[in-house]
Amino acid sequence: MTYTFGLDTFGDSNSDADGQPATHAQTIRNVVEQGVFAEHVGLDFFGIGEHHTDYFPMPAGDVVLGAIAARTERMHLGSAVTVLSSDDPVRVFQRYSTLNAISGGRAEVILGRGSSIESFPLFGYDLADYEQLFDEKATLFAELLKGEPVTWSGKTRAPLLHQDVVPHTERGPLPTWIGVGGNPQSVIRAARLGFGLALAIIGGPPARFASYSELFQRALQKFGRPPLPVLVHSPGHVAATDEQAKAEFWPRWRDIFSLVAAERGFALPTEDSFERDTGPNGALYVGSPETVARKIATNLQVLGATRFDLKYGLPGLTHEQLMSNIELYGHQVVPRVRELLS
Amino acid sequence: MNEPSRLAVLGAGHVGPVVARLAIKAGYPVSIANSGDPDDIALVADLIIPGAQPQWASDAVAAADIVVLAVPLHRFLEIDPVLLSGRIVIDAMNYWPASDGVLTLFEDGGSSEIVAGLLATSTVVKALNHIGYAELEDRARPSGALDRQAAGVAGDDTAAVATISGLIDQIGYDPVRLGTLRDGRVLQPGGPVFGSVLTRAEFERAVSEDARSIA
Repeated sequence: MTYTFGLDTFGDSNSDADGQPATHAQTIRNVVEQGVFAEHVGLDFFGIGEHHTDYFPMPAGDVVLGAIAARTERMHLGSAVTVLSSDDPVRVFQRYSTLNAISGGRAEVILGRGSSIESFPLFGYDLADYEQLFDEKATLFAELLKGEPVTWSGKTRAPLLHQDVVPHTERGPLPTWIGVGGNPQSVIRAARLGFGLALAIIGGPPARFASYSELFQRALQKFGRPPLPVLVHSPGHVAATDEQAKAEFWPRWRDIFSLVAAERGFALPTEDSFERDTGPNGALYVGSPETVARKIATNLQVLGATRFDLKYGLPGLTHEQLMSNIELYGHQVVPRVRELLS
Repeated sequence: MNEPSRLAVLGAGHVGPVVARLAIKAGYPVSIANSGDPDDIALVADLIIPGAQPQWASDAVAAADIVVLAVPLHRFLEIDPVLLSGRIVIDAMNYWPASDGVLTLFEDGGSSEIVAGLLATSTVVKALNHIGYAELEDRARPSGALDRQAAGVAGDDTAAVATISGLIDQIGYDPVRLGTLRDGRVLQPGGPVFGSVLTRAEFERAVSEDARSIA
């Protein structure tokens, strides 16, 4: 079994050592450095999730990936995720096939919603139309990937008639995944469209997703498709010791949840809930390289997955803390996971 | 002993399968339906909800004593109220505009009161809406467990509230009866217990502190 390992960021706003927030521009330049460093420490994938807020100032991740592409050779680059429902599938295809051209065939796309909702009012979409928007646009995206002129009509964008959409990819379709947060219908959709399954596990016990992998492979069979890979995306933070990792991560985790909880009306995390989330059955990979490696190895096996993408960083962490996280992940966690899985 | 009540779970998305699995584990016969053909959810039922019977919504409801509404609120508005007539209906839905968009009908008041107004010939009980689906199964514990957590139940019909409290107890939570649907507003997004998993003592304290902060 070949396993691959990646990092994802939402462009989490950095702070300096004194806790002063960096400018959005500085945070974005830091992400470029972090992406280049990710290849330097041997990682296979670097992903950028679309967000539109002051604390995740990252609406145009494909531009940032283009900068990283120009300074790297081997690592794959992709969205994590592209909020397809509030975007135009034709433009998403064009941007990522352009990234694919720049990078010599290293672009990937993960389609989904994430927990991001800001793009809907920003671009004039109604969240209540979410399902139709996503379903239609994901279906059109699958057509675009075939690389032939597209004929399509639907309710969510202008129709296409024998439309040649450029730039063409050189070596087949972009690897494309659908991000799934727990809805089994989304697993079926990924199988129907022939996209990989990206399990976004950000709360609760990861093992509850084990049956989703089986559902995915069975649904692929039903649709007459070959097996496709499953990846796991989860948040975390690696530092020298469990104590240091938790001490760096917890206040930032509490802060970001306070913001989101106030917007969405749910409860704040407590130290108890954080202990559970960072424990062996929780969704967060926060700790020393050994702690995090063991958890990744266990869950990749439980979930039938072959790729793990650690969503690193949180608003308020420093660039230096993130670089240290990346170094430990690349140099210690990943080799240890490979050892545990061999 | 009476046969256990039969459940129809409407919705095979995030919440429905979790509730269905808990009920099956507790010994209830369970059917699951979404808005379309049961064949579409057969594979999901088989692998994700072993033991649940996929059916057309109308068939599932016709055979059921208790119906669980686990669909997005805007999809609920597409359900014909006649379908649910005469049933105890658990409203596990939430009006959550920050996540699902604005529905004018639900902008003022308690969402379950509005649901009950639309389902005039059903008996609506608010429950299973306030613990996140990611945690609902993991935190369930049998009666008597030291780390058992609480789950709120609210409704205007005392007998129906008692029935659903029994169900909540069976699937692994300590039922906290809150009185009327109006009182059940504390279970909604923005309320004192939404999204957290609490013991009975913590739950009751959160609700009473909230009442004081409003008064």
